[in-house]
Amino acid sequence: MIRTDWRNRGHSAYWAFLIHRISGLLLAFFLPLHFLALGQALSGESALDAFLAWTERPLLKLSEIVLVFLLAAHLTGGLRLLSIEFVGWHRESQKALLAVAGGVAAFCALLYALNLA
Amino acid sequence: MPRPEQLLHTRVWRGGTDGQFQSYDVPRQESQTVLDVVTWIQRRVDPSLAYRFACRVGMCGSCAMTVNGLPRWTCRTHVARVAPDDRLEIAPLANLPIVRDLVVDMREFFDKWREAKGQFVPTATRHDPIARVCPDSPARRAADAAIQCIGCAVCYASCDVVAWNPKYLGPAALNRAWTLVRDERDGERRQRLSAVVGDAGCHACHTHTLCTERCPMHLSPTTSIAGLKRAAAIAALRGEL
Amino acid sequence: MSPRGEMRVWLAQRATAAVLAVCVTVHLVTLIVAVHGGLSAAAILGRTRGSPGWMTFYAVFVVCAAIHAPLGLRTIAAEWLSWRGRAADAACTAFGIVVLVLGFRAVAAVTL
Repeated sequence: MIRTDWRNRGHSAYWAFLIHRISGLLLAFFLPLHFLALGQALSGESALDAFLAWTERPLLKLSEIVLVFLLAAHLTGGLRLLSIEFVGWHRESQKALLAVAGGVAAFCALLYALNLA
Repeated sequence: MPRPEQLLHTRVWRGGTDGQFQSYDVPRQESQTVLDVVTWIQRRVDPSLAYRFACRVGMCGSCAMTVNGLPRWTCRTHVARVAPDDRLEIAPLANLPIVRDLVVDMREFFDKWREAKGQFVPTATRHDPIARVCPDSPARRAADAAIQCIGCAVCYASCDVVAWNPKYLGPAALNRAWTLVRDERDGERRQRLSAVVGDAGCHACHTHTLCTERCPMHLSPTTSIAGLKRAAAIAALRGEL
Repeated sequence: MSPRGEMRVWLAQRATAAVLAVCVTVHLVTLIVAVHGGLSAAAILGRTRGSPGWMTFYAVFVVCAAIHAPLGLRTIAAEWLSWRGRAADAACTAFGIVVLVLGFRAVAAVTL
């Protein structure tokens, strides 16, 4: 038996799947860290402020923007899947649906990045 | 039009799973199909080359192979369309055991049609009048849209979920089940839905849509599988599953 | 797990996805607005503390995420690591419980 060839996967819906899976994977592992960070507030406002000050580093700001993109992409990609599974798949609208999903996700990340300033 | 002395640099899979590609130079011809290339090699160079075909006109579904990485029906795939640089790589279909050279064992593929309850179960006998099915009804339209499958296994070989989850019934078997779920004459809708749910069935599909992209008959197993997911969800909510 | 059980897993994944779609939209808007001019504990806690609305919202968010994330990981473990069966299910359940506990702790920290 030979495996499916990488050349067979060069299709936009496959890329959408990969983004959905990888963003989901990263977001899942980010969740506990996110909750631990917010839990700092249990020790008072200053503890949370100390943590927020720590996140001011450029590298962490950059990863925040990436996380916003991942979250938005997982959201729009997920809505696309729900629409296919519960409304129906139509060959004509697929490219448009993918473009909107990617565009909205990128727009969210951009807005976040601009608001950081 | 290709010049007669123009050569097609062809690499063909020889042997079993542990086989390898072997190179052949095949003269380029007008309107040449990939199946023509394989046939030329077998007739002119090496009669031991094993491959499978029957009708040569895109009806029987027996000549599918992996052409430059993509599963295709070779009898109706023109060389000009898939090998603009005169390079052709021909391998057996993916996701199925290799018998030899370009021939795969299709048993598992068809066994899964049976597992998906791909057989029509009549509710009437020969003594009953012929069923009147309105061709315009939504159910019949849905079934008709998916009915022209030729069983070539191109979708099965294109599907990564099949590779990741060997129990997965695959696009063709689920597509077949969907045509019967939407057939009002069929008597085993519930049993069929039970057979196609779960992680070996329609719920394993991740909508890669490669089956639909590759289907030579331009069917959309993606639509059929989404239909099964909806039908199963409705049946489950009604307590029928 | 039985095919029927797997279908319920799939349904749970879609049902939580639908709720999460609303939650994540609200969350994205909130954080894009909130981040303007820099994050501060006072601003965050001023919005959330003593608000039953935000508390309910985040509690629902946490519950759905604690179901959705482990079920997704379970599929990835099965398909990409060929890790299936009881041990994999137990690991995913454990992950879900960790997310749930830490999530409720965080909700309590910012709303109480």
